[in-house]
Amino acid sequence: MSDTTQQRSDVLIVGGGLMGTTTALFLRRHHGLSVTLLERELIGRQASGTNFGNVRRQGRDLAQIPLANRARAVWSRVNELLGEDLEFVPYGHLRVCYTEAQTAKLEQHVRDVQPLGLELQMFSAEALRRRWGIFSDEVVAGSLSPLDGHANPRLAGPAFGRAAQRAGAHIHEHSEVAHIERVGAEFVAHTVDGRQYRAPQLLVTTGAWSARFAQDFGEPVPLDARGPQMGVTEPLPYAIGPSIGVSTPIETEGLYFRQIARGNIVFGGGLKGPAFADAMRAYVKPDNTLRQLRELRRFVPAFANVQLIRVWSGIEGYTDDWVPVMGPSARVPGLHYAFGFNGEGFAISPGVGEVMAELIATGRTSTPIDAFSIGRFAPAEQDQPITT
Amino acid sequence: MSKPLPSAGSGGRFVRLAETGRPALQLLIDGQPATALEGDTLLVALLTHGRRVRSSEFGDGTRAGFCLMGACQDCWVWDEAGHRLRACSTVVSEGMTVRTTPPASLWPVTPEVAARERGEVFR
Amino acid sequence: MTPPRVVVVGAGPAGVRAAQALVEAGVRPIVIDEGRRDGGQIYRRQPDGFTRTHAMLYGSEAAKAQALHEGFDTLREHVDYRPETLAWNVTPGQLHTVHASSGETATLDFDALIVCAGATDRLMPVPGWNQAGCYSLGAAQIALKAQACAIGSRVVFMGSGPLLYLVAAQYVKAGAKVEAVLDTAPALPTFAALRGLLNRPRLLLRGLALKAMLRLTGVKLLNAITPLRIEGTPEGGVAEVAIHDARGAERAFACDAVGLGWHLRAETQLADLARCEFAFEPLSRQWLPRIDADGRSSTPGVYLAGDGARLLGADGAEAAGRLAALAALHDLNHARGRTLFAAERMSLQRTLATMNGFREGLAQAFPWPHAHAAALPNDAVVCRCEAVTAGELRRSVLEFGSQEVNRAKAFSRVGMGRCQGRYCGHAAAEIVAAAASIPVEQIGRLRSQAPVKPLLMSTQEHE
Repeated sequence: MSDTTQQRSDVLIVGGGLMGTTTALFLRRHHGLSVTLLERELIGRQASGTNFGNVRRQGRDLAQIPLANRARAVWSRVNELLGEDLEFVPYGHLRVCYTEAQTAKLEQHVRDVQPLGLELQMFSAEALRRRWGIFSDEVVAGSLSPLDGHANPRLAGPAFGRAAQRAGAHIHEHSEVAHIERVGAEFVAHTVDGRQYRAPQLLVTTGAWSARFAQDFGEPVPLDARGPQMGVTEPLPYAIGPSIGVSTPIETEGLYFRQIARGNIVFGGGLKGPAFADAMRAYVKPDNTLRQLRELRRFVPAFANVQLIRVWSGIEGYTDDWVPVMGPSARVPGLHYAFGFNGEGFAISPGVGEVMAELIATGRTSTPIDAFSIGRFAPAEQDQPITT
Repeated sequence: MSKPLPSAGSGGRFVRLAETGRPALQLLIDGQPATALEGDTLLVALLTHGRRVRSSEFGDGTRAGFCLMGACQDCWVWDEAGHRLRACSTVVSEGMTVRTTPPASLWPVTPEVAARERGEVFR
Repeated sequence: MTPPRVVVVGAGPAGVRAAQALVEAGVRPIVIDEGRRDGGQIYRRQPDGFTRTHAMLYGSEAAKAQALHEGFDTLREHVDYRPETLAWNVTPGQLHTVHASSGETATLDFDALIVCAGATDRLMPVPGWNQAGCYSLGAAQIALKAQACAIGSRVVFMGSGPLLYLVAAQYVKAGAKVEAVLDTAPALPTFAALRGLLNRPRLLLRGLALKAMLRLTGVKLLNAITPLRIEGTPEGGVAEVAIHDARGAERAFACDAVGLGWHLRAETQLADLARCEFAFEPLSRQWLPRIDADGRSSTPGVYLAGDGARLLGADGAEAAGRLAALAALHDLNHARGRTLFAAERMSLQRTLATMNGFREGLAQAFPWPHAHAAALPNDAVVCRCEAVTAGELRRSVLEFGSQEVNRAKAFSRVGMGRCQGRYCGHAAAEIVAAAASIPVEQIGRLRSQAPVKPLLMSTQEHE
């Protein structure tokens, strides 16, 4: 008879967003390890569920392209994998710009990603007009990643969670972890209501809330919570396939939008809003909304006659260096992290899940992730790992 | 009240019961000339002229307003330029043009999507 | 001493009396009104050029309506009145408004915000209610009062509450053809209900008189009915209402318009955006913002009055508006406001207590038929905005494990349409609760998000 207050599994995952649930699924499906996942509230409720829904490789830091390619391969078969429709459409990701200087940057990026297996296409203003015809005269050029696309973030996390559960993962919602300790060769997570879960390997995927767990294990990470400023319009005739954004060094100009099959346009971008991780609240500032409307009209004039129905925000974790934290702990054997994706984790999450599952199960991964190591935050003189 | 009441059989949905002594004004509804009375809302003008305000985007048929107090948002229509008008809270003016279907210019299908819907690849 | 900056949202009974109290105390408030004219809903004013008298428009309430309208007319030059202006968002100490036609926005700093946002009809979906020709009871009344029209040439009214009989009677008096009045409430109120109703005997008698008048004019009155379907076609709209009568027999009534409504639903979006706490009220089975006896919300500086906080009707709204305004001035240490507040507080609270007793009687005599939601067939449209069905909502519970209404919204899209959950939210909560076998008070409430109503994307930032 098992002691129900002390559940054991091969792997313990804390944090039930996309990073946690994708890892749980692939640990079960690809490696047959037993998995327990503890989620404080509801699966996929935080950044995983409130983000824009971009599935794009274009525009990412080059170090992330291999991971993003791996994720894109999963997106291709995601409905079949999960038995549910995540509304993924592979109609491309288009980014446009307002200046010749920015056009040069887009062109450079086309050259930079080509050896990494990503083929992009440049468009002149005229070519943009022929194919889409929605942009204002301020738009001078664009770059299309034809096989990128977008999907529905509200559905994705819970769908991965259900699939993981069907595959035999133990998924526990409403299970806030009070603290995690290392006891012998095991990690023991204590929930606030007194349950305990143990495993020899632990993965921290608690998004904007991860800093305290990293700190507890002696690996502090500077992590900031920020709120995406999102909005959605009334339904419109279905007209636009790719997700579309403005590429610009000016933060207030960086708007992006996508049209869903039902016809509504989801948009975001510009300045972030205030997010309070401790209070689990994030807000959309009214002046951000009005500025977004102005910037949307600026690059797609037809927005002027569209209605905004709703705005929302979420709580995303941002690192100081804009690079995610992903991979094994630099100090504690058996400990792993995947957080701090700087508001662009949605697209790569299935790849993160595959890679973390591989890493945890086999000790190595074929996808390069060294650039994301938590060790980069360690002070130079610290080189002693914690021993049992 | 100096004029006889029009019956609902004139093609409209709403029935005027009183206040028909107001000056008439002319507007265009879907390109067709229509008459309304000064002080009418656009919704009343639409529903004394015909039986619908718009069609649902989701295939469940015509709509004719619902709350008449600007809460349900079911009566949004368009003028010829594509400007949005909430029919129940817009007062009719002389010469107004109204459309109960969105003008194509409002949110035009991109050539790329049009090609895809024809089963073609955009070239 | 700089004068306090007080903003009143709403120019119905509560907003007008709040503004009046403020002016009496020597303050000049800003009054934000989404409407073109003051008056709110129940005392909605007809446009210029209309000739019907107050008696014709408001019947037994004519004197009150007139007093309110004249009161505001006198008040206009003493307030900063902003009609056709929507308060679309609120942040700590700031109200964000937009003018409907110009699209111009403003940010108003306030020391006190008095939200008198009123209410809409409360709707229980009926299969077929998404067809052309279905209206709320309030809509039917507005068509008559403000535009001198009937919603159709053969009208059926269905629902429950005093408004059901009032609108039907107004239609009959105005010369419209009313086929039937179908009340889901039983014919005889319970003893407890009667006791509540007897708080305002004149109103109770008026209600009985309305019913008698309707019967005399040949309108079919049925009680304890269960709505079945509103029949019609996608092109032509409504053609017939089918119900089960009190004995369970199926009956049908040919019509070309249906007015539906089960009393009222508070407009609470601004209060929610102002981060006011809410509590579930078992009597009306709806979530309402918490207020103290004077109308203070849980957010300092934000006061709530009228049907947008407690559904006490127009008379209650007038008292609540005045009380909340005086409480605000008291809290701001305004000398004249404090004097008025001290002098009137008790009697205003007593008035509100009487209104509340009557309200309890109404809620018991004309109950919200919450069980109808759980009984809706799977193909019944719940969300009119995007044609989302009861079945899709149940799937969000049974297949996707939703145990909370915002989660169900995330999966099913109910509440994501242009009406922002106003007309589907209550029924959606009941359906989710029934499917999850959880009491409705534990299923949560749809959280409001800005904008309070859809914002045209041509809306301009202000300087």
